[in-house]
Amino acid sequence: MYDKQVRRRRAVLALLVVVSLILLTAYFGESAGSPLHSVQRGVVAVLSPVQDGASRALKPVRDLFGWFGDTARAKTERDQLRKQRDALLQKVAGYQAAMLENAQLRGILNVDDDSGLRGYAQHTARVIGRSANNLLLDRLQLDAGSGDGVRVGDAVIGDGGLVGHISFVAADTSFVTLITDPSSAVSVRVLNAAGDFGLMKPSVGNPLDLLVQLLPRGAHIQQQDIVVTAGSRSSSLESLYPPNIPVARVTKADPEELDTDQQVHVSPLADLRHLEFAQILIAPNGSGQQRAQVGAAGGP
Amino acid sequence: MNSGDGYQLPLRLAALGFLTVVVQIAAVSQVTVFGVSADLSPLVVASVGLLAGSLPGAIFGFAMGMFVDVALVQTLGVSSLLFIAIGYGAGRLRELRDPAHGLTPLAVGAAATAFASVGFALMQFMLGVRAPVSWLLLRQVVVTILLGSLLALPVYALVRRIVRGSLPQDPRRRRRRAYTTGGLSPLQRPSAGR
Repeated sequence: MYDKQVRRRRAVLALLVVVSLILLTAYFGESAGSPLHSVQRGVVAVLSPVQDGASRALKPVRDLFGWFGDTARAKTERDQLRKQRDALLQKVAGYQAAMLENAQLRGILNVDDDSGLRGYAQHTARVIGRSANNLLLDRLQLDAGSGDGVRVGDAVIGDGGLVGHISFVAADTSFVTLITDPSSAVSVRVLNAAGDFGLMKPSVGNPLDLLVQLLPRGAHIQQQDIVVTAGSRSSSLESLYPPNIPVARVTKADPEELDTDQQVHVSPLADLRHLEFAQILIAPNGSGQQRAQVGAAGGP
Repeated sequence: MNSGDGYQLPLRLAALGFLTVVVQIAAVSQVTVFGVSADLSPLVVASVGLLAGSLPGAIFGFAMGMFVDVALVQTLGVSSLLFIAIGYGAGRLRELRDPAHGLTPLAVGAAATAFASVGFALMQFMLGVRAPVSWLLLRQVVVTILLGSLLALPVYALVRRIVRGSLPQDPRRRRRRAYTTGGLSPLQRPSAGR
């Protein structure tokens, strides 16, 4: 009797492990439109209303626990913002003169002003979930999906900066791969005098410390310089991000590091850890942008 | 055990697993402490293993891991593999050692959280996520284990409350019943020779 129980227990255990390994292998090897992904998409679509309701219902609990951290962070942020305000006030006067000059020049050159975000529909969505382990998989779940016109590859902004891009879409929900996800890479431009281009990626082992790499040697980049999207991406596919979206602020620009590694350290402008809402930039139909089926899970 | 009891445990465990994942995604994951959020899933799986045994623990771990992977759009099978081991391990501990100490769930919860954190990181590395071992990762693992340890006892108590009544046998209740209904402890039992 005891032997039978032991055999049964071991058989069930082995069966569960084998099924898990089969699922893992099958899922990892298949494309985003294959059966397991479709099943996953269906389940997520069914679950999203439940998660949406739970997210709203549990907001007071989140706020209560988040209050302590928010208070401490707000004080630090206040001090930083005061310093930035003083620095920015000095720059504003110069920028206003430059804007006047720019408007005059645009009028002369008849530049098409429909670039940037003007061609995109902006859909505001609520954050209803996020991955538990944000160091290895940094994703958010939004309550907007293909029913709202959201597509894989759409850029997502929020809290004054770029948040990431849509990597998975179901009917009523979608997942955002954040710019701090290890798989993320954004082509950016530093708003210094030369407007240097680079590729922004999370730092190895510390995703909140982003690196702008491939900068020209000896580039004149200073702390607090703003980094915006360049409008192109590291892959062979066309850009996922419209140009000139603010992304990050330079936190460390070491001349030696610039000379040897051609990189500077930046920090995201958006507070990616405390987002409640985000805006999805839905590209107009027939805009000519080629859409990539970005891997839905941790796969390649 | 009446005929309805056979369905009670699976039904309660299914409801428990569903609620745990929804609360985890909708609330717990969005509250960070030192940049880390707590993970209730391994704690619940370990608690079920401790209370119900190795086989229910492993099956519950598999189902819950699958649900987590589906709901978070992760690679299917990763969490299942980890949670099978956690549920089975906790269940075997109960079956082999029958631990009665009040802090056992805390130690098991810490071990389960550590196993899940390290295991998940290792699986992600093997699947090609480029995030090598760093102090930040180690710090995150340590803080996650501390958070898991803090939550282990309340989670265990909650799980015990939910599944109580549908368990085939509860080691504590069994032991307590033996003493309170007139049974003697092993220290008081007269030897056979006398």
